Amino acid sequence: MSDLGKLYQDAILEHHKAPRYAAALGAPTHSAEGNNPLCGDRVAVTLFVADGHVRDVGCEVKGCAICRASGSMLAEAIIGRELSQVVATSQRFLAEFTPAPADGGAPGEPWGQLGALLEARRYPNRLRCATLPWEALQRALGAAP
Amino acid sequence: MRERVEVADERAERLRLDFPALAGRSHTGAPLVYLDNAATTQKPESVIEAVAGYYRSGVANAHRGAHTLGARASAAYESCRTAVQRLLGAEHPDEIVLTGGCTGAINLVAHAFGDEHVGEGDEVIVSTLEHHANLLPWQRLCQRRGARLRVLPSSPEGDLRLDVLESWLSPRTRLVAVTHVANTTGGLTPLGEVVALAARVGARVLVDGAQAVARLAVDVRALGCDFYAFSGHKLYGPAGIGALYGRRELLARMGPFLTGGGMVDAVTPETSAYAAAPRRFEAGTPNIEGAIGLERAIEYLRAAGIDWVAQHDEALTRYARERLARVRGLQLIGAPLHALGVVSFVMDGVHAHDVSTIVDDAGVAVRAGHHCAQLCMQHFGVQATVRASFGLYNTRADVEALCAALERARELLAP
Repeated sequence: MSDLGKLYQDAILEHHKAPRYAAALGAPTHSAEGNNPLCGDRVAVTLFVADGHVRDVGCEVKGCAICRASGSMLAEAIIGRELSQVVATSQRFLAEFTPAPADGGAPGEPWGQLGALLEARRYPNRLRCATLPWEALQRALGAAP
Repeated sequence: MRERVEVADERAERLRLDFPALAGRSHTGAPLVYLDNAATTQKPESVIEAVAGYYRSGVANAHRGAHTLGARASAAYESCRTAVQRLLGAEHPDEIVLTGGCTGAINLVAHAFGDEHVGEGDEVIVSTLEHHANLLPWQRLCQRRGARLRVLPSSPEGDLRLDVLESWLSPRTRLVAVTHVANTTGGLTPLGEVVALAARVGARVLVDGAQAVARLAVDVRALGCDFYAFSGHKLYGPAGIGALYGRRELLARMGPFLTGGGMVDAVTPETSAYAAAPRRFEAGTPNIEGAIGLERAIEYLRAAGIDWVAQHDEALTRYARERLARVRGLQLIGAPLHALGVVSFVMDGVHAHDVSTIVDDAGVAVRAGHHCAQLCMQHFGVQATVRASFGLYNTRADVEALCAALERARELLAP
């Protein structure tokens, strides 16, 4: 598969064409927006958290295929999960995009479908397309990005 | 309607050989098809050699050292000023201030002219088509001075509403700042009419020529504008050098903007006497290698023939607009009366950023985003566009390569 085929692999295209949890929640307990001034991508993450779990999520993305797929995959990855797990996953995901990924510590569980998003690392000017929804999620949770 | 001119691909193909970068390949190994000339242009061998030659033969500061190299550097720097004077059709070389670029030139006017002449309740008019470089300096000026910034609307096609301009102009209007060629649509501003309207109320006119100087012959005296700014790097020259034309009597009355070495005559602890224009506006060690490269780039453009370049640019742009309009799912953004060198478009269901990544895979370089013109994006109701922009070395084959790559983007991502 060409690099382009890896970036736009079926998992990404499928989420891009039919994003999950794409509508903002009406009464969220947590929310934040993200904005990439370079390309105009905009993300709004809304969460409904109860008993320490993400009970509902809305991830509204106005942007490119990578950003839309990232938001949709993010929503699937966190719904129903405990907050501490959500923060850990999110931090680990964003660490994959930093120039020198944090070493030490046990490797986490396999990325599953989120692994498709890591292909964006081959495209320096597309990194933020993948990370923007996650950055917004971090802000919504009041956690350090 | 202008006379329809055929695209001169053969001559463009020959000129392309002068640009070593264009023989290169993309990260996927595809031959480079460079269609991002509105962002910056590639450099001909003569410019590269001129800059490298200056480094090889010995550098010096300009207007400071009395030694051999100093004299050469000063002469080379002043020679660039004269080349810019001729390029713009200015009457005197001292009407040319060499700057760090177009942005630097416009900021200079916003401070040195604006702070002096724009006061509370006065008005500055810009257009909705402006690059941020010709918008934000005026927004800041108006905030500093308690003046009002008015943004002139465009027609749905992207042409300036001269009727609105006429109704807005008043004795409170101090300045009209407009682009010569819009960086998103390629639309050519009818400067003759803008200048004539502004003159009725005594308003000054600044023209952002960043997209124009490499596309058409400019004559500031014929245009009648008061200031004209451009960047070297969009003219096949180096980045970090540009120029401001200012009417002689205006520059003579303007105080300094940046202060420092090279722009003073006599200094005391209390006060200083500044050098005459244009040196008054060139504080600090100037970009001498940039000036040398810019002069060579101007020579290159003259040798290529600016009239030929203008015809080729307009004809290729027309060809591209017609050809792109036939790509399924593609919408051109703006349809200005005269479009030069730039075409913006969106693809149904495919974000501009994805389009740009996919066509880049085929070696085609275009720009995606808001092009530093967010008011223009708002005017057309889009978040971002894809922009293809042409240089004197582009041909119809480049447009075809773009169209083929766009078909691939549509197949991959369109709903």
